[in-house]
Amino acid sequence: MSAFLVRRIMHSLIVLFVMSVVIYGLIGLMPGDPVDLMISADPDVTAADAARLRAIYGLDQPLWSRYLNWLSAAAAGDFGYSRLYAQPVWQAILPALSNTLVLLVTSLLLALVIALPAGIFAATRPYSLADYGINLAAFAGISMPPFWLGILLILVFSVILGWLPAGGTAEAAGATGTWERLQFLILPVAALTIAGVGGHTRYMRASMIETLRQEYIRTARAKGLSESRVVLGHALRNAMIPVVTVIALDLGILFSGALITETVFAYPGMGKLIFDAIMGNDYNLALVGLLMATALTLIGNLLADVAYAALDPRISYEELDA
Amino acid sequence: MTSLKHLFAWTFLTLIFAAFTGPAQAKNDLVIGITQYPSTFHPNIDSMLAKSYVNGLARRPLTTMDARWETVCVLCEELPTLENGGATLEKTPDGKDGIAVTYKIVEEAVWGDGTPITVDDVIFTWEVGKHPKSGVASTEGYRRILSIDRIDDKTFTLHVDRRTFDYNNLSTLNLLPAHIDRAKFAEPEAYKTQTAFDTDPMNPGLYMGPYIMTQAKTGSHMVFERNPKWWGKTPAFDKITVRVIENTTTLEANLLSGGIDMISGELGLNVDQALAFEKRHGRKYNILFKPGLIYEHIDLMLDNPVLQDSRVRQALMYAIDRNAISERLFGGKQPVAHTGVNPLDWVFDETVPKYAFDPAQADRLLNEAGWTKRSDGMRANAAGEPLRFQLMTTAGNRTRELVEQVLQSQWKDAGIAIDIRNEPARVFFGETVTKRKFPAMAMFAWISAPESVPRTTLHSEEIPSEANNWSGQNYTGFKNAEMDVLLEEIELELDRDKRKAMWAKLQNIYATELPALPLYFRANSFILPKWLKGVEPTGHQFPTTLWVENWTVAE
Repeated sequence: MSAFLVRRIMHSLIVLFVMSVVIYGLIGLMPGDPVDLMISADPDVTAADAARLRAIYGLDQPLWSRYLNWLSAAAAGDFGYSRLYAQPVWQAILPALSNTLVLLVTSLLLALVIALPAGIFAATRPYSLADYGINLAAFAGISMPPFWLGILLILVFSVILGWLPAGGTAEAAGATGTWERLQFLILPVAALTIAGVGGHTRYMRASMIETLRQEYIRTARAKGLSESRVVLGHALRNAMIPVVTVIALDLGILFSGALITETVFAYPGMGKLIFDAIMGNDYNLALVGLLMATALTLIGNLLADVAYAALDPRISYEELDA
Repeated sequence: MTSLKHLFAWTFLTLIFAAFTGPAQAKNDLVIGITQYPSTFHPNIDSMLAKSYVNGLARRPLTTMDARWETVCVLCEELPTLENGGATLEKTPDGKDGIAVTYKIVEEAVWGDGTPITVDDVIFTWEVGKHPKSGVASTEGYRRILSIDRIDDKTFTLHVDRRTFDYNNLSTLNLLPAHIDRAKFAEPEAYKTQTAFDTDPMNPGLYMGPYIMTQAKTGSHMVFERNPKWWGKTPAFDKITVRVIENTTTLEANLLSGGIDMISGELGLNVDQALAFEKRHGRKYNILFKPGLIYEHIDLMLDNPVLQDSRVRQALMYAIDRNAISERLFGGKQPVAHTGVNPLDWVFDETVPKYAFDPAQADRLLNEAGWTKRSDGMRANAAGEPLRFQLMTTAGNRTRELVEQVLQSQWKDAGIAIDIRNEPARVFFGETVTKRKFPAMAMFAWISAPESVPRTTLHSEEIPSEANNWSGQNYTGFKNAEMDVLLEEIELELDRDKRKAMWAKLQNIYATELPALPLYFRANSFILPKWLKGVEPTGHQFPTTLWVENWTVAE
């Protein structure tokens, strides 16, 4: 197992390196550079100023040379300076990262707590009224555009009922109490949870139905085990394997893809940070942000592989190591 | 479609719940909503509206332009002029015409940590500004200062290498605290990342306005509290929070739910959003519209052989009804532009040629130019080539896309076919406009300043090309010898009457030659609570926050 982990970590580092080349190249190929943005905001910037600024920021160097400079600095632990936020990249990323992690972990856990039992419940009663009801709710969750859902939640709970803040963070509103702070998380977490529940419910249901058709389930039932024992004790572990894969892949997508929720709720997280960095031509910030999303996806997959072994005794990495 | 959804949702829900209550903030605090977070708090590194806005709460310039668009002293005692002897004509060391301008800094002026603001700060700011490696974007103003004489701690004389009409305007020389930042400037190339404005932005010694910044959370908000060392009029609020909410629908929701008290006009809703808001909630708020210096226009590609004919350019103007666009799309809040000079600017010339909607005149000009109508109502030349142009703008900009559609329809009525091809702003500004790749028309805006000489956009030396590494902003390729001379001479003319005559000539050439089709001046829309008084929109680049001490709470 340990040799497997070491090998996977090495593979992940290689993937990260390749991704850094690809991302840097793609960002560099986009039209315009940071100095173009400065010029567009300030009509007094002359052609000589523009040339001087490009030299100062190293933008007069070829792309590969800029990348190598970044890579050598990154190897020494210096990931560069964010032009957009006038801070070292890590200083800009860490608060956004902690905001995103709070939002994502909470909403993912909530989504799983709702989706997994709902999926199992629906799978054990296929084509019943309850199954149709759960499916309908799941499809509604999947189909609702996050932007619309976010606005609707704000309208109802903030503007009309006035129960919850319309967005932002507790700090921005000067809120200090635990409940006051939690209030700021409720709507964005609800929006992300509703969006996530539908998909996970459908995956869980499909996977569980498939598992319940297996021979060993029939054997378990023939042994006279109770239905709950059959489902939770025997079927669930196997049914979880494809669901775990989906959750692992979701980590990376959620990390950089919560952009809409973050924008609607004015929540300063990683999705918005990466988006702003790309639109603002902030190469260093965009690169590190996107690499973190890649790393999270890789870590998610690694955890999924480990989880497979825990869920299914037939999967053993010791044999692979041998 | 999305806007229809929003409109429906807002209308439906607000009709049902009309009893909704307004802002809930205590009136000794003020929460302002804006749509952008500043990239740096350093006042001189680069130019950004969000930074100017928040710095207006906590910093003061030596001079600025007031709401009547006149240069006034802020940190100086009296505005130096040739008439009052504060400015004197002189020769530069190399014999050119120069000018010496003497300022006296307000005696009580101190930084937020109590250190007096002195000539040391002026000299330090100049040293940073003119240093090629300091990271300051626009260095021209600093480089024009040849030397600074220190008369005493509070009085200094600038020796400037030319006699420009705005010789006493020091609004771009934003003072830096030498006692804090000089040590950071020991290595000039590292200054842009080491300045205390970014490494220690809560240091009170960086500020000298009515407020000092006490909290800044990247991308989220900034908090300003009273500056105990402020020597001027006491501001009304103990604390001002500036919250950054980029999504304008969320910004509105925050206003309605009491999360913020007001939406800034400088960085808030655009006019059509504000007009829609006014219809729904107008009676609960004061909504002010102030036309400004953002000039919306269509640059014409003058390399295009069809557009080289001035009759075609003029016909394009006569064929569109800009008054109707202004009235119907913007409720008349965004005035029609005749040139890039705003009618509020004192140099605006009333006699400038104006193009009213005149289809008959457009028809005549196009016929004269050889573009006659075919049986299908569209025009073609003798060779059968259709009169067809490509109109480009920034994709996703709802207002511009709407204007585009109206123009397309009006030009179609005149027999001119328009193909709309929009691009994301990054591509449009990063490549298409700056490298002059638009084949006919590019719709965008210029941000200007009062009496700003449009050299970079109209001088023939400012045409971007591969040879000059795409520098300059004369994207149309406009070349006019008389215009070149005017652009060079206006800046150096100190006599107001003579200058006004030169400006009139410049506007006349522009409106006759039409290198670009003027559309309208954008307006800022301020959404303020009824209890907030004293916010006076300026209409130019200097934000309302520079007069925050005049904001009061109505009894």
